[in-house]
Amino acid sequence: MIIERRKIFYIISLILIIPGIASLFLNGLNLGIDFRGGSIVHVKMAADVSAPEVREALVPVGLEQSEVQKNIDNTYFIRTSELDQEQTKALINALETRFGEVELMSAESVGATIGRELGLNALMALGIGLVLMLVYISFRFEWTFGVAAVLALMHNVLVVVGVFSIFQWEINSPFIASILTVVGFTLNDTIVVFDRVRENMRSTKKPDYLTLLNKSILQVLNRSINTVLTAVMTLVALLILGGATLKFFVAAMLIGFVVGAYSSICIASPLWYEIKKAA
Amino acid sequence: MNRNLSIAISAVIVIALGLAVFFLQKPLVNNLDLGLDLRGGLRVVLQAQEKPGEPITDDTIQKAVGIIRDRVDSLGVRETSLYPQGKDRVVIEIAGEDDPEAAVDILKNVAQLEFQDEQGNVLVSGKNLTDAQARVNPNTQEAYVELKFDKEGADLFAQATTANVGKPLVIVLDGKPISAPIVNQAITDGNAIIEGNFDAKEAQDLAVLLRSGALPVSFNVLEKRSIGPSLGADSLEKSLKAGMIGILAVFLFMLGYYRLPGLIADISIVLYGLLVLGSMVLLNAVLTLPGIAAFVLSIGMAVDANIIIYERIKEEIRWGKTLQAAIDAGFKRAFWTIFDSNLTTLMVTVVLMYFGTGSVKGFAVTLSIGLIINMFTALTFTRYLLGLASNLTKNTKLYGV
Repeated sequence: MIIERRKIFYIISLILIIPGIASLFLNGLNLGIDFRGGSIVHVKMAADVSAPEVREALVPVGLEQSEVQKNIDNTYFIRTSELDQEQTKALINALETRFGEVELMSAESVGATIGRELGLNALMALGIGLVLMLVYISFRFEWTFGVAAVLALMHNVLVVVGVFSIFQWEINSPFIASILTVVGFTLNDTIVVFDRVRENMRSTKKPDYLTLLNKSILQVLNRSINTVLTAVMTLVALLILGGATLKFFVAAMLIGFVVGAYSSICIASPLWYEIKKAA
Repeated sequence: MNRNLSIAISAVIVIALGLAVFFLQKPLVNNLDLGLDLRGGLRVVLQAQEKPGEPITDDTIQKAVGIIRDRVDSLGVRETSLYPQGKDRVVIEIAGEDDPEAAVDILKNVAQLEFQDEQGNVLVSGKNLTDAQARVNPNTQEAYVELKFDKEGADLFAQATTANVGKPLVIVLDGKPISAPIVNQAITDGNAIIEGNFDAKEAQDLAVLLRSGALPVSFNVLEKRSIGPSLGADSLEKSLKAGMIGILAVFLFMLGYYRLPGLIADISIVLYGLLVLGSMVLLNAVLTLPGIAAFVLSIGMAVDANIIIYERIKEEIRWGKTLQAAIDAGFKRAFWTIFDSNLTTLMVTVVLMYFGTGSVKGFAVTLSIGLIINMFTALTFTRYLLGLASNLTKNTKLYGV
């Protein structure tokens, strides 16, 4: 039922992953100031102006190269090279001269050194998180489950990172938190499936892996769907109503959770079947 | 247990929870420590600049933190937290200040005061000061700073003024001359004034700087994040609203799909929410914007434990077990699954707590607290409630079978 159709799922997953990998090689990731250094100034203006007009207003302070992003609520993100306090003030003054009242919502500056450090920390966190998962799963299950689970995990992470690369969504520190949460949460999904497989294996003397897997998947299917559904409900609410600051943080988890629920059933289990067949 | 007793206990639990929500919700929420991203404020990471031959030691940084703390106290900046980070950094967090950026400017100023002669020789320096006060000349309305030297400083200053009568004495702050008055006569009483073209506020700030003494090293800004109060309030409002709606959706889903056990899950989640908020208050954990997301998400995840148990119970009922036996078996078999699934997420949140800063740390802390409490409520409280419910009715239809 599921396992018999595994080739179809492999193809679906390849379709999900390959464009992302291609984009990673071609466009890379859109790293935000946390990892690259620089400044981002978030302003609210009374006037409704276009992004090019904002850039034009920044000519007198030499910041016309800045990247200006207009949000739906008439606030603007202005991304520049690293600014100090005087330069930030000059930027605000330039906008005020041109457009009238300007409210500074937030201003963030990260030096290039600390950006590298934050990036390194993020990679360390990710690495340690993955190693912990590997150790844990090999401790709780036999190695064949571990390999299948980790492959599925990498699949989930690749899809999320790929989507962020394709759409060039900005990546900052919270993204790492999203990815790690996806890693933890989607590993649950796989564990729940494998847990059931293991339980059913004990009660059968000479297991036929195909039937065994299909049976186990069917037994946990409700749980898998309902669990991801409740988590997705909360994430969708946060995505739609939670404001611009949380958007990408939540979007990464949302994509990861859905893909994780799919892969725990349609990728992890078939992969385990292949490994078991080969061994 | 007999049926009437079960009804009574159920009623007591529901009423007690209702009262707890009603009376505790406000105090709990008000006592939560909000992060800078929700209340507005500024976080700055300063890096000490090493000079050749003067390595930066723990002592240097401790001294600098002490001096900056003095300045914070005399500036009257509200709610500041100040701590060293690593071996050569200082983190300053200021909440609820109208112009936090200006405050940081003053705090990180080295404030090395020097009196130099025309040739640029340092004759007296700020380390010999005992006091500095801002004053306003009542006749001219000009602000100035009055200095008092200690014994050694007074002697040095007397020598300096004696040697330079009729010549200018340059007052230099952090390498920049701020004024160069001509010495009319030798000053031997250890008092001096600095006039520059300051307004009252500038004179006040300078006096604060001089009183607190010079920082042992100069600092530059590595990282600076300021959130305006309106953005903070906006984020708080939006995320709370989004959270309420998300949680409500989960409640309705559980009730609709799982019926009686769904209701029990919802009741457990109310207790869960109270316990998480209470723990955050007790642990002085800081609630950040991603922390709110973590809380909301953790409720979506907390029902997972219930779902695993209920699905198992349904199966056991279908296999022909009695309700009570099905509940026992469901919990027994679901235990390790729940344990595993919470533990894997807990492992990554602990890693995040260690590596994350600011708002990411807030996310990790909130999610970790949630996961631990979830395991506890699912395996004890939910189980107890299900046992009670099974005394009330044996109708397996209510379990969605």
